[in-house]
Amino acid sequence: MSWFTNTFKTSIGKKLIMAVTGLSFICFLMAHLAGNLTLYGGENAFNSYVERLHTFGPVITLIELGLLFLIIMHILIGSVLFYQNILARPIKYKVYKSAGGRSLGSATMPYSGFIILAFIIFHLINFHFADKTNNTIFQIVAEAFANPLYIVIYIAAMIVLAIHISHAFWSLFQTIGVNHPKYMPLIRIAGIVISLIFGVGFGFLPVYVSLI
Amino acid sequence: MTSTTDKKNINLTLKIWRQNGPDNNGFETYYADDISTDMSFLEMIDVINERLTLEGKDPVAFDHDCREGICGTCGTMINGRAHGPEKGTTLCQLHMRHFADGDTLVIEPWRSRAFKIIKDLVVDRSPLDKIIQAGGYISVNAGKAPDANAIPIPQETAETAMDAAACIGCGACVASCPNASAMLFVGAKISHLALLPQGKPEAMIRVMAMVNEMDRQCFGNCTNHRECEAECPKEISITNIARLNREFIKSGLF
Ligand code: SF4
Ligand code: FES
Repeated sequence: MSWFTNTFKTSIGKKLIMAVTGLSFICFLMAHLAGNLTLYGGENAFNSYVERLHTFGPVITLIELGLLFLIIMHILIGSVLFYQNILARPIKYKVYKSAGGRSLGSATMPYSGFIILAFIIFHLINFHFADKTNNTIFQIVAEAFANPLYIVIYIAAMIVLAIHISHAFWSLFQTIGVNHPKYMPLIRIAGIVISLIFGVGFGFLPVYVSLI
Repeated sequence: MTSTTDKKNINLTLKIWRQNGPDNNGFETYYADDISTDMSFLEMIDVINERLTLEGKDPVAFDHDCREGICGTCGTMINGRAHGPEKGTTLCQLHMRHFADGDTLVIEPWRSRAFKIIKDLVVDRSPLDKIIQAGGYISVNAGKAPDANAIPIPQETAETAMDAAACIGCGACVASCPNASAMLFVGAKISHLALLPQGKPEAMIRVMAMVNEMDRQCFGNCTNHRECEAECPKEISITNIARLNREFIKSGLF
């Protein structure tokens, strides 16, 4: 066990956990988005997708628990790194200027992270833990997005998510050591494309649901 | 500010961090009048210090040695940029022609928990030395000098190692990093040794030892802002940090 703790207590070890857990969230979001696209097929398509999903029963529960564990790791370790980084420069510069390295995404990682956490809790309360005895999941979704405030919150959260992933994607490759001038430009473009797909793909759903 | 002026001499306002002891510190304003644009930044401070000395005041302490951009001793922040606003330049190689008449320059020491301020603009960068002592070396059996070219090294590998070895240990990467991380420095040192056959035998022990020492010295954690790469006077690339991460993974997990 000692090699394990020795590896993961280091700065790079912690970052590796951030990278791998982050990658698993991106994979999850891809599946989540693919499933949600059935909303465009209308009420029946969406309800039958959700029903089918639930036929997997214990597998789904297992994946949920796994995700919960990964999220907790990502939050806890991310918080430790954030805190250590604040401590690493106790006296701030009077004047500090970027030399062009930072991006909106990289400069806001911890903050966008915490906003996404708040959103996930809100989102789970809305739909995951909603009372489904008398309503189909589509009805719950349609009801929620009848409220313009919900639409605004969901779109804002998806913009924050897109900003987070715009830095996270290439950054995780760098952390696991995958950076070469040959393919890094491609990874960076893929990161932008994926954050746009998530931002637009998830962000447009509430608008669409409120219109039908 | 990078505009070149035709006028030979310029007047500047300097706000310099003065520190003599933990509580005795703050910014002082100095007027640098009639500064030749042919001077280097350090020569400009020399002139200010001469004037201060003549006035019977304490000159500004700053670190410098070679003044040729090769030793890594100099370095301060100028208006929030490590080694000033020019790309790939150490402070001693920065010339006053890059500043305009009437500019105000805020001059601060490298700031990080690891680098304690000794006086004014001079910081203690020995934490970087500690990281080198932890593993930034190779062990050889001394004796007769080996034949030149006895160990074949591909040209491309030699070039990549040489690029990493260009690091002069100035600490600008730490200073410019929003997290005060030393990953570019460590990445450069790990890379230049790990790429070459002479560095291979100790590679796995080295990377663990150096990363542990880096953490022990309280440097921050890299979050891939890439400010270091943009500010490094030797233009060391963050691909060296990726190589450090690879070496770490090999050592820590395999
Ligand atoms: S990596 Fe560049 S900025 Fe950092 S210590 Fe070496 S030369 Fe200086
Ligand atoms: S004094 Fe040697 S690099 Fe500037």
